[in-house]
Amino acid sequence: MSEDVLVIGGGIAGIQASLDLAEMGKKVYLVEKKPSIGGIMAQLDKTFPTNDCSI
Amino acid sequence: MEEKLRIGVFVCNCGTNIGGFLDVPEVAEYSKTLPGVVYVKENLFTCSESGVNEIKEGIKNNNLNRVVVAACTPLTHEPTFRAACEEAGLNPYLFEFVNIREQCSWVHKNEREEATQKAKDLVRMGVARASKLEPKDRITAGVIPSALVIGGGISGLSAALSLANRGFKVKLIEKEKKLGGLVKSLYKIYPENINAEEYINQKINEVKKNKNINVFTSTEIKNVGGYIGNYKVKAENDKGNELNFDIGVIIVATGAKTLSPEGLFSYDGKKVIDMLQLEDKLKNDGISQYKNFVMILCAGSRNNERVYCSRICCMSAIKNALLIKEKNPESKIFILYRDLQAYGTTNEETLRRAKINGIRFVNYSLNKLPEVEDNTVRVYNEILGKELLIPADLIILATPLVAPEDNENLSKKLKVTLDENGFYLEAHIKLRPLDFSTNGIYVCGTAHWPASTEESTTQALGAAARSSIHLEKKYVMVEPIVSSVYYEDECRGCGLCASLCPSNAIEMVETPKGVKAKVIEVACRGCGICGASCYRHAIRMNHFSDEQIKAQIRAFLEE
Ligand SMILES: Cc1cc2nc3c(=O)[nH]c(=O)nc-3n(C[C@H](O)[C@H](O)[C@H](O)COP(=O)(O)OP(=O)(O)OC[C@H]3O[C@@H](n4cnc5c(N)ncnc54)[C@H](O)[C@@H]3O)c2cc1C
Repeated sequence: MSEDVLVIGGGIAGIQASLDLAEMGKKVYLVEKKPSIGGIMAQLDKTFPTNDCSI
Repeated sequence: MEEKLRIGVFVCNCGTNIGGFLDVPEVAEYSKTLPGVVYVKENLFTCSESGVNEIKEGIKNNNLNRVVVAACTPLTHEPTFRAACEEAGLNPYLFEFVNIREQCSWVHKNEREEATQKAKDLVRMGVARASKLEPKDRITAGVIPSALVIGGGISGLSAALSLANRGFKVKLIEKEKKLGGLVKSLYKIYPENINAEEYINQKINEVKKNKNINVFTSTEIKNVGGYIGNYKVKAENDKGNELNFDIGVIIVATGAKTLSPEGLFSYDGKKVIDMLQLEDKLKNDGISQYKNFVMILCAGSRNNERVYCSRICCMSAIKNALLIKEKNPESKIFILYRDLQAYGTTNEETLRRAKINGIRFVNYSLNKLPEVEDNTVRVYNEILGKELLIPADLIILATPLVAPEDNENLSKKLKVTLDENGFYLEAHIKLRPLDFSTNGIYVCGTAHWPASTEESTTQALGAAARSSIHLEKKYVMVEPIVSSVYYEDECRGCGLCASLCPSNAIEMVETPKGVKAKVIEVACRGCGICGASCYRHAIRMNHFSDEQIKAQIRAFLEE
């Protein structure tokens, strides 16, 4: 069985899933249809409840 | 091995975040005059791909042996710039971060000249500290491939199963005689109204059957020592037997309890009951004698004393109102609410169904609380703008989920934080929502905040996944920014540092020269309390040594 993982969608959910899997030592393919990853979070300035720009 | 300093300084514009409020070219120009600096580069965004490449090329082309970036905060981009250094072959701890955004351009938006001057001061100090930096290697330690789950409600059961099915050993500790938690006391579980008892029993059986899970009921945690990958946990059961576990990671799933309704809206436990008592009546066919039901939401919550919303009470009330209607279509049910939390499509659909089925919703306000009288509830309807008298045979109070008092105790043993309401507090609500800031410990379910079983289970699976990262990897790597008993001869073995250490990271050991303090590096988080408290100055903070900080202060005074 292949241990590699395909993650579809490069928003905050896809990015976090990919990071955690990679940390576990899995090879991850993160596929995003837009030219860059980040999704909606990357377009926001400050997000509640902390009102910072952290993603 | 006095190596000649070759410092590179990279000054970031951060678009206009820095460049818009102070003179970045001037700061860059000034940096060139500082001792040891051989290369200076101004970037539009140092954190961008091109900015990072400029650091790497700068290091390679100029043989840099120190890098200073003047930009934002270590929290946002220190890992980025350290990685850039490492990729270019420079030890990542020979990198120094200077904050000229949060601590300069943003707070001095109307003082361009002064801000520029301050940025120069900050860079000069950073360069001075960089000169004293030493290369460091990351610290690694093994991870015991087993997990401890505290709490055997739906969250703890789900987390334990998920970890066990990945092949890890799990110790599941429950303080009550039986597993199951609050769900055991429920009749049906919204949104699908599945049978609560069947559902939880099925989970309990799965757990009991699983060979990787050891269940300990009537057991409580006595003491937690050690650190990520290597926790030493002592527990005790009701027979007074002590249990000792060696554990890699810990998941806290201790749940919540409902606020006692004592003293609220004439509660008497008979005519005025709480939602859990209603669940019990529904389970045991105990509602047929009633016709007029009144539910009061936010009973004891969202007031001055307890400001938060318990999130599950609205849907629990609507669920039970519909179930009463199902059993007894003649019944009349009023739900007195302040605001309704029916978020998401399924909940909204349930609310709509409740309205279609004749359940009446009356909006009241905190200033005019409903009053319970003999066989009526008097309530001021905020929408109609008038008082209503509603006949009531059974009044049900939806009291909020509150943090158990025991949290205080357990959180201290685990060295994790609670929020202002006594619930367990995560490391960062967005970046690390299921981690504690103490590495290797995770939280899920209503121990975290009031949540439905679905949300609790989701968190449990998330916490299991997060914790399994370390178990899969089999080792942890921590920053070498730790304290060390560097001047060991100075140490008199007084033990002050060990008793003050919030991370249990100092042990007192016998040496040929007497008792000495010894730092357990993987456990140390580099807070510096030990260093500050050691009156013998025997302890040195790696990466924040006296020499480094003095150099920085001297540079500030120099101009
Ligand atoms: C009236 C009411 C109705 C509800 N109806 C619904 C519904 O219809 N649908 C829905 O999705 N949700 C509903 N909920 C919410 C649901 O009950 C919770 O989501 C669920 O119980 C959370 O599970 P948990 O495992 O996180 O916590 P809990 O169920 O509270 O379990 C925690 C467990 O940890 C144990 N424990 C605590 N401290 C320690 C310790 N120090 N050491 C060892 N063990 C410890 C406890 O004994 C308990 O067994 C309702 C809640 C209430 C109050």
